Amino acid sequence: MSTQTPSDLPGGEAGTITGPTHPAPEAEAKGLSQGQIVRRKFFDNTAAIISLIVFAIIFVLAFTSVGFAGIPGWWKYNHTEFVALLNGGAPTVTGPFSWGEHPFGQDSIGRDYFAMTMRGAQNSIIIMFLIGALACLVGVVVGACSGYFRGWTEAVLMRFTDIIIIIPLVLIAATLGESVNRFVGSGAQVWLLGIFLGLIAWTGLARLVRGEFLTLREREFVDAAKIAGASNTRIIFKHILPNAVGVIIVNTTLLMSAGILLETALSYIGFGVKAPDVSLGLIISQNQEAFQTRPWLFWFPGLFIVLICLCINFIGDGLRDAFDPRQKKFNANRAKDAEKPAAA
Amino acid sequence: MVTYIVRRLVTAVLILFGASFVVYQLTALSGDPLEELRASNAPNREQLIQARTELLDLNTPAPLRYFGWLAGAAKCLIPFAATCDLGSSIQGEAVTTALVRAMGNTITLVTTATVLAIIIGVSLGIITALRQYSGLDYGVTFMSFLFFSLPIFWLAVLLKEFGAIGFNNFLADPRIPGSTILVVAIASGLIWALFASRSWKRKGIAFVLGAVVAAALLFVLDLVDWFSSPGLGPIVILVTGVGIAFGIVLLTAGLRNRKALYSSLIMVAIGLVAYYVVNPILNAATIWMIVVLAILTVLVGMAVGYVMGGYDRGQSMRAAAITGLLMGLLIVVDRFMVTWPSYVSNSRVRGRPIATVGAETPGLEGTFWVTGLDTFTHLLLPTLALLLASLASYSRYSRASMLEIMNMDYIRTARAKGLSERTVVMRHAFRNALIPLATLVAFDIGALIGGAIITEQVFAFAGMGQLFVQALQRTDPDPIMGFFLVAGILALVFNLVADIVYSFLDPRVRVKA
Repeated sequence: MSTQTPSDLPGGEAGTITGPTHPAPEAEAKGLSQGQIVRRKFFDNTAAIISLIVFAIIFVLAFTSVGFAGIPGWWKYNHTEFVALLNGGAPTVTGPFSWGEHPFGQDSIGRDYFAMTMRGAQNSIIIMFLIGALACLVGVVVGACSGYFRGWTEAVLMRFTDIIIIIPLVLIAATLGESVNRFVGSGAQVWLLGIFLGLIAWTGLARLVRGEFLTLREREFVDAAKIAGASNTRIIFKHILPNAVGVIIVNTTLLMSAGILLETALSYIGFGVKAPDVSLGLIISQNQEAFQTRPWLFWFPGLFIVLICLCINFIGDGLRDAFDPRQKKFNANRAKDAEKPAAA
Repeated sequence: MVTYIVRRLVTAVLILFGASFVVYQLTALSGDPLEELRASNAPNREQLIQARTELLDLNTPAPLRYFGWLAGAAKCLIPFAATCDLGSSIQGEAVTTALVRAMGNTITLVTTATVLAIIIGVSLGIITALRQYSGLDYGVTFMSFLFFSLPIFWLAVLLKEFGAIGFNNFLADPRIPGSTILVVAIASGLIWALFASRSWKRKGIAFVLGAVVAAALLFVLDLVDWFSSPGLGPIVILVTGVGIAFGIVLLTAGLRNRKALYSSLIMVAIGLVAYYVVNPILNAATIWMIVVLAILTVLVGMAVGYVMGGYDRGQSMRAAAITGLLMGLLIVVDRFMVTWPSYVSNSRVRGRPIATVGAETPGLEGTFWVTGLDTFTHLLLPTLALLLASLASYSRYSRASMLEIMNMDYIRTARAKGLSERTVVMRHAFRNALIPLATLVAFDIGALIGGAIITEQVFAFAGMGQLFVQALQRTDPDPIMGFFLVAGILALVFNLVADIVYSFLDPRVRVKA
């Protein structure tokens, strides 16, 4: 593990930002702080903003409609009760404001499919955030410690990471899923699944953070802090971590979108969320045979997976653009206009 | 360097030991191998339970059982002693045989998908980077994010529905209605317009051209009933070949290099002659024969390039060899197409060629071309699913890395020297943009064998992923350990390869010995 791209930026940034490497609270010059630049760039990104809004709508819809944590929602059915089949279970939604009795139809035994989809989306979002939060926490701690302290700490932590990486994820998930089902009821299942997935999904992030720390710890401001007598903890959290925050945030969002797909895939092959509860992957796998006769059982949950995942990906991409000082606008046309175009 | 590699290999072995112990314990914890027997009503239930307990040695605690497995697995390390013992599955099949069969299947499945994903993804990434913030860039970005966000099993069901069932229905009565021609024409026009450069006039021309060409093509294909008996024929091969020759020379040497252009065109002519000469030999083709012919083609191409000479022999040789290979590909594709009607009407296929499950039509016998088509129709959908899902990461990575390179000072220097845009892009930027991708490719190849678990499950493809999942569902430790050994070793080895390759490609990065 001793390769990394030298990502030092010679010059460049110092000219555009005052106090480029510290989010300086005292803005004595008219320059913008790092946070302001990032925020401004992010809000200029139309795709990311649209995604943020769509995701917020899905989030609110999923959590308020069928209720959450014992609080009842405003939708009249829930994902477990059976209702007499209405019109063969076909969807009744005809427009954005005329939903009818069962907007997404009913499954073959009469459960309201809107309630099931909402519950599944809720579970997916919970798992996604758990994976993001835990993987971020563990990955940053492991990566930061091994990148900053080097030596034995690094060797042990990185070999441990390697072991986690080569153990098939499906196996860990299956084992954990089995023990989870043995010891807790189905209510806590989703939470535990999210926690366990989070505890094994941090490896990629740990490597990235380590790489970032390896370059940053050699920079002058770290030496300065050391000479000034700062403790290791202070250097790690106050001096180095703020400089690596872009990499961390971007990769956490990408991890979250991968996490949603991971959960649906696991549920699909039967090692994720299990029967009494629902997840988007699970209801697709339960109903995939019905594609010819009841296609809506297939379309709606799939649509929600794609929407959630797409939103998170675009938000992550927007954040990447916002955090990356190298993403200057390269203008191919201007470059070409400057000379005679030799190749079409 | 050697000490570095040795040290890495030693740690890799230690990691493998640790991880295999953990995997064994996890497998033992993941379920109860006696579960199905406990639920059965068979009169000899007790004996069955007894037998399986003995078979899996369940009375020994799992941590100790691991060493029994390890003792068997250690025999694989002794060279030339054919006593490799990875245990056997509950059904009694030796894991080594099961692994070999599954690996073969998986490799045929994932290799094509990975190679295509790399080629298409990288080209898309480079093109979108050169046209940053254009309609094409936004379109490709959106599509790659969309494919990246699709759950692969969902995509697979859609592909089965529209790619297999729908297309087979179409093939039963291949007539293209006028409305379809119109829609396809407009779609093709839009795609062409996206690829055209920014001025609206050019976009309009591209749109009209694309639409008219697509409509005419579909109309002619419909008229000659092409979908029932496809084929290219010498004229199409000649025209396409000349197009390929110009395209290859444009990319590798630039059209101003006449010698390279002429060598490529000579290769097209030779290819057309070969189309007639080689045809009788191809009746008895095998896969090795095709490989030998391909190598021959490359040699002939290089010879032609060498004879043509010019100020840069290497360029002519390269262009001629690549053109020759692509011509050969055209001839082989034509041959497959000619075989198509006899494949479709085969009694085993019964007129529904595109398969939704499995790796081959059971009981199908025929020449190389028929079995080749059979593999093609079975691999088409899973390959497409894998390809679409992995396209995004390649195109995004190569786009980002190309953008970074295009902003470098040495690119400005190259432009300032007065180099042509082709040289700047292909020689200075493209090669350097590929360096970070080398790591990604090495990782992906390492993950290749164990990577397609879901896809294999959906398409009922008897590969490594299915072996693993089925063993896991039965809590059968030995196949799981076999899968883990292969996948783990490959992942570790290619991890090392990635680091070494990187240090070779980028001299600024050094491995620490």
